[in-house]
Amino acid sequence: MPKIQIETKKMTKYYPTGEGLFAALKDVTLNFTEGEFAGIVGPSGSGKTTLLNVIGSLDTQSEGEVIVLGKEVSKLNAKESAALRSEHIGFIFQTYNLLPVYTVYENVEFPLLLLKMPDAERQKAVMDALDWVGLTDKAKSRPTQLSGGQSQRVAIARAMVKKPQIVLADEPTANLDTENSMNVLETMEKLNKELGTTYIFSTHDAKVIAFIRRKITLVDGRVDSDVIIG
Amino acid sequence: MFKFLIKGLLRDRSRSIFPILVVIVGVLITVYFVAFMNGFVESMIKQNANLDTGHVKVVTRAYAEVISQKPFDLSLLDITDDMQQWKTRYPQLEWAPRITFGALLDVPDSTGSTLVQGEVAGMAVDLFSSSKEIKRLRLTKALRKGSLPAKSGQVLVSEALFDKLNLKLGQRVTLISSTVFGAMTLRDFEISGTVTFGVQALDRGGVIADISDVRRMLDMQDGASEILGYFTNADYKDKTARNLALDFNKTYSDSTDEYSPIMLTLSQQNDLGAMLNLFDSSLAITLFIFVGLMSIVLWNSGLMNGIRRYGEFGVRLAMGEQKKHLYRWLVMEAAVIGFFGTVIGTGLGLLISMYLQVYGFDMSAYTQNSTLLYDNVIYAHITPSCYYIGFIPGLLAVIAGAMLSGISIYKRKTSQLFKELET
Repeated sequence: MPKIQIETKKMTKYYPTGEGLFAALKDVTLNFTEGEFAGIVGPSGSGKTTLLNVIGSLDTQSEGEVIVLGKEVSKLNAKESAALRSEHIGFIFQTYNLLPVYTVYENVEFPLLLLKMPDAERQKAVMDALDWVGLTDKAKSRPTQLSGGQSQRVAIARAMVKKPQIVLADEPTANLDTENSMNVLETMEKLNKELGTTYIFSTHDAKVIAFIRRKITLVDGRVDSDVIIG
Repeated sequence: MFKFLIKGLLRDRSRSIFPILVVIVGVLITVYFVAFMNGFVESMIKQNANLDTGHVKVVTRAYAEVISQKPFDLSLLDITDDMQQWKTRYPQLEWAPRITFGALLDVPDSTGSTLVQGEVAGMAVDLFSSSKEIKRLRLTKALRKGSLPAKSGQVLVSEALFDKLNLKLGQRVTLISSTVFGAMTLRDFEISGTVTFGVQALDRGGVIADISDVRRMLDMQDGASEILGYFTNADYKDKTARNLALDFNKTYSDSTDEYSPIMLTLSQQNDLGAMLNLFDSSLAITLFIFVGLMSIVLWNSGLMNGIRRYGEFGVRLAMGEQKKHLYRWLVMEAAVIGFFGTVIGTGLGLLISMYLQVYGFDMSAYTQNSTLLYDNVIYAHITPSCYYIGFIPGLLAVIAGAMLSGISIYKRKTSQLFKELET
């Protein structure tokens, strides 16, 4: 029986607006188990990114409970939530967000420096991560020398290098063409299967939806449907 | 991590080039300013010491009370034995007895009757037994016409007095004054040359004579109104001078005898102490202003840099880097920039100062009407402080700038990171 890694119970998130409080998420109750490859879909403003924010301990819920890897995120202080992110959660962004002055190798190395991993172990981990995404030959390149697809694969390597338990990816293929999107998705699927990492995407890209094994649809902040695809 | 930081600074020139330029320029100016002020103050000290105050000065206690009036009737008498003792006790000092006196200069016509008279401020120094007083007073350089006195009975007069009284070189004139005991005294002198010091008091009506001639004229054999002491290594150190004066006064001065000797340091004369303090304060204030101005510039540069690196900071926070770690990183980057900027700025500042230490800066065009005692050409003087003083503005300003601009990291909401990083 796979272990539950993320639990949200009747979770609501309000944002203050000029006219009072706006509920971005309403009574969201979801569980994510180890090794899932799940997508959160829905139109713009449906609450996809807010849900990823809370799961990633970048934000806290207004009501209800959110437990990530056994920790209630709203009870974590800044240091604890930073530690949760740096040790257990990887992030992949739509716009890659690689550090432009550093090489591919150094970009992937950075999360391990934050974890103060010893040199030899770190070097091996970085090369392994680049190998997973098929970019060992680009280790010395700068992000500006890479295509969009290659950049996103570096971002995947950066998210995966510390072998996190959860990877949160916000619209990871939105800036990629079909070929690169497929390539990136295949890479993530392979890593999900080989390393058992849980992947949660926010997306409305049909190509992504074709890859995911669970599809959660949000509409106006509520879970409209939660379907196991395969 | 530090290697990572250095790589970032080296590769991203826009991150480091402007702050490092600001630091280089600021530090360069600071080092140059300090070296120049050192030279200026030292020139002033040297000029004052040579012309008037010595590094230390021994006078009678009564003379010290009214020292600005230069009352030679309160002079030290029979000084040879005393000076011998002082030379033994204080081998680090050279002594120079002098007499300053007021007199009337009487210019006779061909019949010997008075043609014209003028008030003069006389200075008697040892012109013949050694050349040190000639060097101290820079008489060779100050000489405008004629030559320095070569024998007893010759005097130098100021160029202004020479012109005013329509004097001629080789002309015999009479100095009329009173002896140390109050009797009237007259003595004939021959004008050997004219001098200009660039010091109003001396240039208006100055007469310089050998001390032996003046002692005879004023009936003060073996006397001197002031005995100036100079450190043999030529540098004035106020603390050393004060300690020495303390020892001298404890040993030789008697508070119940108004004719007993008392030693005054340079800083205790002519308000020079206040002037030196003023220079020290000016330096501190200038440094403070520099640190402030540079901090503001670097703060703004840091803010601009922060905007440019918004994405980088965001992704690092998302990856789990703590805000305080990121803040420390920025401060560390600033410290590295400050350190290298300071090293380069100090090097350049020292180079310019070295040039000015050798060739000097001619200020004669700006100081024609000045009554301050300093050389027309100011030489910078590089002291040990010049090697480290730049680190105060260089490091302090750049770190303060980074600390101020880095505060924005704490204002960053992690809940907005996804949104911010995808725009």
